[in-house]
Amino acid sequence: MVDSPDTRRPGAGPPPSGVAMSASDAEVWFIREVLPLEAALMQFLRRSWRNQNDIDDLCQDIYARVFEAASERIPQPTKPFVFATARNLLIDRARREHIVSFEAVADLDALGVAIDEPGPDRTIIAREELRRLQGALERLPKPYRDALLMKKVEGLSRKEIAQRMGVDENAVKHNIANAMYALADFVYGDRADLGGAP
Amino acid sequence: MSGSAENPQYAPAANDVRACASEWLERRVSEDWSNNDQAELDAWLAESVTHKVAYMRVSAAWDKADRLVVLHNAPFRPASVSPRKGTFSASFRIAVALIALSAIGIGAPQYFSKPDGETYATGVGGRKTITLVDGTRIELNTATALQIVLKGDQRNVVLDKGEAFFQVTHDASRPFTVTVGNHRITDLGTEFVVRRDASDVRVSLVEGRAQFERTDSATASKPAVLLPGDVVVATANTFTVTRKPVRELNETLAWRRGALIFFHTSLAEAAEEINRYNKQKVVIADTDAARLQINGTFPANDVRLFGRVAHVVLGVNVENRNDEVVISR
Repeated sequence: MVDSPDTRRPGAGPPPSGVAMSASDAEVWFIREVLPLEAALMQFLRRSWRNQNDIDDLCQDIYARVFEAASERIPQPTKPFVFATARNLLIDRARREHIVSFEAVADLDALGVAIDEPGPDRTIIAREELRRLQGALERLPKPYRDALLMKKVEGLSRKEIAQRMGVDENAVKHNIANAMYALADFVYGDRADLGGAP
Repeated sequence: MSGSAENPQYAPAANDVRACASEWLERRVSEDWSNNDQAELDAWLAESVTHKVAYMRVSAAWDKADRLVVLHNAPFRPASVSPRKGTFSASFRIAVALIALSAIGIGAPQYFSKPDGETYATGVGGRKTITLVDGTRIELNTATALQIVLKGDQRNVVLDKGEAFFQVTHDASRPFTVTVGNHRITDLGTEFVVRRDASDVRVSLVEGRAQFERTDSATASKPAVLLPGDVVVATANTFTVTRKPVRELNETLAWRRGALIFFHTSLAEAAEEINRYNKQKVVIADTDAARLQINGTFPANDVRLFGRVAHVVLGVNVENRNDEVVISR
């Protein structure tokens, strides 16, 4: 694959919706190269960290570290950098929380995280994302999905959506925000594959 | 959780930050977003990198959803005569009871009823809904022709070509049958779709019950009673029944709202499908490209969009010509 299919060019797909702020190089890099690693990262964290309640926080903190580093200089290649950051963060956390047994993180390589591997081909990423999006839409609770679609597809205002759904505007806000939250998890996280996709 | 008192740098929890980021984004895309709001958001983002990455993440997912959602709905509306409440609940509604039947081939059309009924037809890309006096609805898909013969206590439809969805008002005293070549489907309280192309017959029952049988006595076989999820594939001489998830069958009925849904469908098959609906044809130029798989919901009548998406998602080359969209690796 010579082309990167994500490359925006005239006529190559819907235009960006302008939700993102004017993006710096670090943001572009983060969205295109780091977020698609989230499912693998989450799996790594789940295997390596005993308290499963911490996983989302760990992921978030890793992102913060990775993005901070990228604001200085974009690390390349991406995948080994992200996983090395993850390992270092786990080690820091383990020390701080006086966790004695920490063989999993110490032995990163044995975990089968092939960090030397190049990240997935962008074509595969794009395809995978489309599949995840589809799954996400199907799995969103109905009020979230309806609100999301009315917002995104029909461009309705909160008020109009509220009227259609027969709820108040606060409920609409709540539904849309929740839909966004869940969508991000489905698109990037490792929850997409937990459900019953055929 | 991580937000323990000794480690304040790990508070607040990611869930909370992500929830906040989602709320910000919801406000950001709402109609009453102001400069003041923007300033507040900027301040929030500047507070910590954690805020920033959470916001980037949820925004990126939201932006990505454009691609899917644009495909999912925008260009099509239910074409039916009786609009249902709520565009989206209709779009995503699980149809109550359906049979899909596709007749591909079976040689020349045979008529088991005299063609003295009404004939209805659609052209390439067309769709049409007919409502009978008993409330039965028949939706014709692209390039379809059928005859409706109502005689005494018989209700029969002969599908000459194409595909149609039937929502039958069941009446045991007035059986409703669909004849396709030498096969017959008898309604036992259901809705169904019939499709006829060129070389075999496909009947898929989503809900309800129906009976499928051969009509030529020479090789008369036992009728099969179809249950939800059953798919009959029949040729002139044989038929087999397999079972599929009902959701999958519903997807094959997306044409009722002008859409085609592909799931792990090869580009070759997807092209064949979309070509049923359009005069401008998708041509897959090489076998490498033909084997690529595609997922998504597409407007049935937009060949160029199909090409664009194939380009974006699969990275294939797409060339638009007058009457063709040529896709190659």
